[in-house]
Amino acid sequence: MTSSTSFTLNGKPVDLAGADPTQSLLRWLRGQRLTGTKEGCGDGDCGACTVAMVETDGAGRAQYRAVNSCLLPVGALPGREVVTVEALAEGDRLHPAQQVLVDGAGSQCGYCTPGFVMSLFVGSHDGDLSDHCIEGNLCRCTGYRPIRDAARRLAAQPVVEDRFHQALAEPRAALATSALGAFHNPTTLAEALALKQQLPQASWIAGATDLGVNLSRGQPVAPAFIALDRIAELQQLEIGEHAVRIGAGVPLSRLEQELAGLFPLLDDMLPWFAAKQVKNRATFGGGLGSASPIGDLAPILLALDGDVHLLGPNGARDVPAAAFFLDYRLTARSEDELIVAVTLPRRAGLVTASYKVAKRQTDDISIVAASFALALDGERRVQQVRLAYGGVAATPRRALRTETLLHGQVLGDAVVEQARASLAEEFTPLSDHRADADYRRALAGNLFVKFVAEKLA
Amino acid sequence: MSKATTHESAVGHVSGRAIYADEQHPPAGLLSLYPVQAPHAHARILAIDTAAARALPGVHAVLTAADIPGTNDLGPIVHDEPVMPADHVSYFGQAVAWVVADSEAQAMAAARQVKVEYEALPALLDVHAAIAAESFHLPPARVERGDVSAGLAAATHRLSGELLIGGQDHFYLETQACWASIDSEGLVQLVSSTQHPSETQHMVAHVLGIASHRVVCRCLRMGGGFGGKETQANPFAAVAALAAWKTGRPARVKLHRALDMQLTGKRHPFFARFTVGFDDDGLLQAARIDLVADGGWSVDLSPPVLMRAMVHVDNAYFIPHVEVQGRIAKTHLASNTAFRGFGGPQGMVVGEEILDRVARFLGLPVDQVRERNFYREGCTPDRNQTHYGQPVVDNHLPELWAQLRTSSAYDLRRAELDAFNREHPQRKRGLAITPVKFGISFNKTEYNQAGALVLIYSDGSVQLNHGGTEMGQGLHTKMLAVAARTLGISQSRIQIMVTSTDKVPNTSATAASSGSDLNGQAVKAACETLLARMAPIAAASLRVHPLPNPSPIEGEGLKTPGSDRSSPLSPGGREVGREGADEAADIVFADDRVFHRDRPEHSLAFHDVVRSTYNARVSLAATGYYRTPGLSWDPKLGRGHPFYYFAFGAAVCEVEVCGLTGVHSLRRVDLLHDVGDSIAELIDRGQIEGGFVQGMGWLTSEELRWNAQGRLLTDAPSTYKIPTVGDVPEDFRVDLFRRSKPPSTNVIFHSKGVGEPPLMLAIAVREAIRDAVAAFGDARVVELASPSTPEAIYHAIVKVRGA
Ligand SMILES: Cc1cc2nc3c(=O)[nH]c(=O)nc-3n(C[C@H](O)[C@H](O)[C@H](O)COP(=O)(O)OP(=O)(O)OC[C@H]3O[C@@H](n4cnc5c(N)ncnc54)[C@H](O)[C@@H]3O)c2cc1C
Ligand code: FES
Ligand code: FES
Repeated sequence: MTSSTSFTLNGKPVDLAGADPTQSLLRWLRGQRLTGTKEGCGDGDCGACTVAMVETDGAGRAQYRAVNSCLLPVGALPGREVVTVEALAEGDRLHPAQQVLVDGAGSQCGYCTPGFVMSLFVGSHDGDLSDHCIEGNLCRCTGYRPIRDAARRLAAQPVVEDRFHQALAEPRAALATSALGAFHNPTTLAEALALKQQLPQASWIAGATDLGVNLSRGQPVAPAFIALDRIAELQQLEIGEHAVRIGAGVPLSRLEQELAGLFPLLDDMLPWFAAKQVKNRATFGGGLGSASPIGDLAPILLALDGDVHLLGPNGARDVPAAAFFLDYRLTARSEDELIVAVTLPRRAGLVTASYKVAKRQTDDISIVAASFALALDGERRVQQVRLAYGGVAATPRRALRTETLLHGQVLGDAVVEQARASLAEEFTPLSDHRADADYRRALAGNLFVKFVAEKLA
Repeated sequence: MSKATTHESAVGHVSGRAIYADEQHPPAGLLSLYPVQAPHAHARILAIDTAAARALPGVHAVLTAADIPGTNDLGPIVHDEPVMPADHVSYFGQAVAWVVADSEAQAMAAARQVKVEYEALPALLDVHAAIAAESFHLPPARVERGDVSAGLAAATHRLSGELLIGGQDHFYLETQACWASIDSEGLVQLVSSTQHPSETQHMVAHVLGIASHRVVCRCLRMGGGFGGKETQANPFAAVAALAAWKTGRPARVKLHRALDMQLTGKRHPFFARFTVGFDDDGLLQAARIDLVADGGWSVDLSPPVLMRAMVHVDNAYFIPHVEVQGRIAKTHLASNTAFRGFGGPQGMVVGEEILDRVARFLGLPVDQVRERNFYREGCTPDRNQTHYGQPVVDNHLPELWAQLRTSSAYDLRRAELDAFNREHPQRKRGLAITPVKFGISFNKTEYNQAGALVLIYSDGSVQLNHGGTEMGQGLHTKMLAVAARTLGISQSRIQIMVTSTDKVPNTSATAASSGSDLNGQAVKAACETLLARMAPIAAASLRVHPLPNPSPIEGEGLKTPGSDRSSPLSPGGREVGREGADEAADIVFADDRVFHRDRPEHSLAFHDVVRSTYNARVSLAATGYYRTPGLSWDPKLGRGHPFYYFAFGAAVCEVEVCGLTGVHSLRRVDLLHDVGDSIAELIDRGQIEGGFVQGMGWLTSEELRWNAQGRLLTDAPSTYKIPTVGDVPEDFRVDLFRRSKPPSTNVIFHSKGVGEPPLMLAIAVREAIRDAVAAFGDARVVELASPSTPEAIYHAIVKVRGA
């Protein structure tokens, strides 16, 4: 029997009634003695806990998505379908995603292996078996070469329709409203706002790639949660002639696919934003909700002069990007308001690019992130300029002083050098475990030099 | 035997069915532990109040030093390592107590309620602070040859430098784990993720105040070890055992990642200072090198780690006059420990730093200066003696180096690269070739022994036990191959058993790249004992009682040729099968069949011979034992013959560095490594590739940072960055070296240890980055911090540009 608190695990309904909704799916699975799914970090960074979850896209097509089960609260599961590594083999017959790893010596200690298997499983369904498919899986033993080769071999194999394809093809209803304990899963904005009125202490939770880390670490977060990941209004992407409106709940992996080619700023940044498992859950709304000073999305919004659309008990309002970030993790959004969407204008004649410098180039948090937008006239005179940064201040921030300095100038070497020097002075970043302040200052200026050299030479 | 064997547990790995320590069927009443961590790096403990915590629901005990019935010490060399400190905190986050509760969540919550009063004391938080305070563990160690002062004075050129090399977290994917229980006979049963079950057994006995025979330690498999579970699995086994001992209930420890990173030691950071003398060609004449390893709060394995660094600073280079001094800084940090290479990598990074500085000082191509300084056989005066008095036996390096130079098109690419660099002011490419010479054997002679236990059942199936542990390196796979090859049977007949101290006692750690050398010989010895017992019986059967088989023997007796076998199988020394004994030496076990070497067409099935052996009342169980021959080492003098042989390798790496950000990318890697005659090529390739990438992480993106209070800030993969697939170049060429001369040593099936040496191939990445940095200016010195993060590279570029 299925109930409103049950989900489908490896093809069978499982009732979660009574389970702690803030426990991660990973710990819950291991508690059920499904120990194939491993915990390598509990932070979303190693992929050992990867499982496949069915998501239905805008067109109603069901797809498997690789997600980190360590970040997924059990409360978000009712009505969902999850596949773990235990389900892949049929008796002794391994799934191709498993067989290629066996054949290619893709496992040594084997602890990371189930996570890779699940990434490859999903990759074999959605057709991406490139490095991006396995970037979110750490392996300390193999050096990756055999795993990469296994992925290539899998990609070269003809797809054989199996029970997983059949399962996906079955029609399914949209996710229903549900609750597991204090974890509420509304399906409309109205429900969500009403819940917030009843439970003022409740926290919004979208992809849980940020809050899930706190939950996994056993840190107190909130007495109740209102999940936003099954509200259709937040899942919309409207591509207009002059602007694109991005629903706050659209996972970044959808943005990466469906907006490809529209905004170089997104195209430059999203490949370096976390890894697949995280991007399959993480949202623009969550990025702005946490308002992290090192977030990679905020500079894009700032560089493009986007708008943030808010909805609260007192109705809807729009806040321009420039007025959104107020102080360290403080924004113009009030506690009871929801981010519904952001709008990114499409302006002709703008040259744009995003840069991200981190200690490791894949799946790392930025030391400095920068998004630049610049328009030049025929004489290379700067008509419009936005230089937006993450990682250089307590908030995502534009370099207003340097923007003013550049405005109206002819963009020659001397001016670029002036701008570089100004940028290196404009911020007073912190030194922390990622980098020292002087390196961050240097990057602020040098990334602009790089931008000019690469895009405006 | 197929050389392309894949890992014996591969199917278990991919299906999630392979079981690790914390994944066993939980026994009823299993309790979980969680530590109470000190918020100071150095402090006096004034009082511990556990009352509030003990009163919480689900809590069964709060363990402190006072609860230890035996000896509160886990130090493997020096007795300076309490399980839990009685009065002093020695590093930030140290566990001063452990809460035992029904669930981990309850234990975690209760740990917050344990009230500890501290008096904070000043702390030494890095190697420089320790040097300034003259805080060291043990007296300095020395290794020397010749007259360094005279050598330096006589040298045409001299230069001095210093280098700080960062540490490295093991980041095994499976964190530390142990389950402990007290069985029906009152024995302590441990299942630990440990590289050294015998020591874990011994330490637990010591802590509980009981004899070792009352403790059994098993290791199923580890989700990675890399040295991090050589001694540092012991504290967690000890507290789990103590919890079980106190409560009578089974208890488990499985560290969360952050806890694991905070509580356990890492690869030693090293600080090196050197003065080197050389001639106009860059030929080294003398070197004085001072190494300081950051040992952390306790000694742990630091002395042998330091010593291995001291006997690897030479890497592949002959230096006539050498003086190496080594000290172990005592700091208030987690106690640093074994990590793949065991000090060797740090020593070799220093050696390569010296070679690069010498070459750039003279404006000579670095690769040529490296090559010129190689140890070489057959030179007069001798250039093949290390500074600790051991010759570089079977020195294949010059040959290997020449092959790699050619196969990697080094010279052609050098020219292309120089052209590229002339055209790109903000992007520079760098190329480097570096050698590896790594001594194989434990420096401490007594560790170079191993045991095995092979049991043949009367149906012809076999259980294989050996003293080594499986952590992903494929040891079990190789041991299966050794047993199958020796017994002449297919691997499917052999069941590899979980490593257990009640099967093979007094084992050494699975470490020092010696796991398959030592255990392989022990397995082979056990199998040969069994063959020697079975052979006379088979001989007799083949002659007198031919058993039914596909090609039945045609009556007449077998001829007995003179034995010219290199390793004759000696008869079992029993009366049974006396007639067969003469022919036993000619009995061949192969392909699951047994036959006389001259009459392969007349054969018996292996299982029939086993049955006959059983029927003849001859034992089908045997132990095997091995000790490495010819080793000697005097740690006081720093002299001897500590290594059975050397593993060689070389790497060519090409990088591109962005001058504006310091970000680098690795464009191509060519590795050529010497594994002797590989027992399992896929496994060996895996060790080479994996070791290289791990070494690359150490030297580039893996950076440990602490705050001013001594708290580790990089205690999670969000802040501590090991390589991902994106860091590994598409163009990644790995080849196994085929030596032209047979070796003079007798390693198992003429293979070579491969666990550690490839890690040091990654030094070529560091040197290639340095080469690229050099191209941004015209400097005669390129100072590059280690790890070479983008930030460090950027600073190096700024310096070079300013020079
Ligand atoms: C492994 C890993 C890698 C990461 N890498 C990056 C990276 O490269 N770059 C980067 O910028 N970030 C990174 N992050 C951080 C995180 O993924 C992003 O901040 C992401 O955008 C958060 O989205 P979410 O939907 O998962 O947020 P959640 O965790 O669900 O929520 C985050 C916060 O926003 C609030 N919130 C969510 N949605 C709304 C809404 N619609 N209206 C109002 N408030 C809302 C929540 O209450 C919460 O406070 C990474 C995280 C992980 C775990
Ligand atoms: S356990 Fe590491 S990503 Fe989930
Ligand atoms: S095989 Fe050990 S971590 Fe990947």
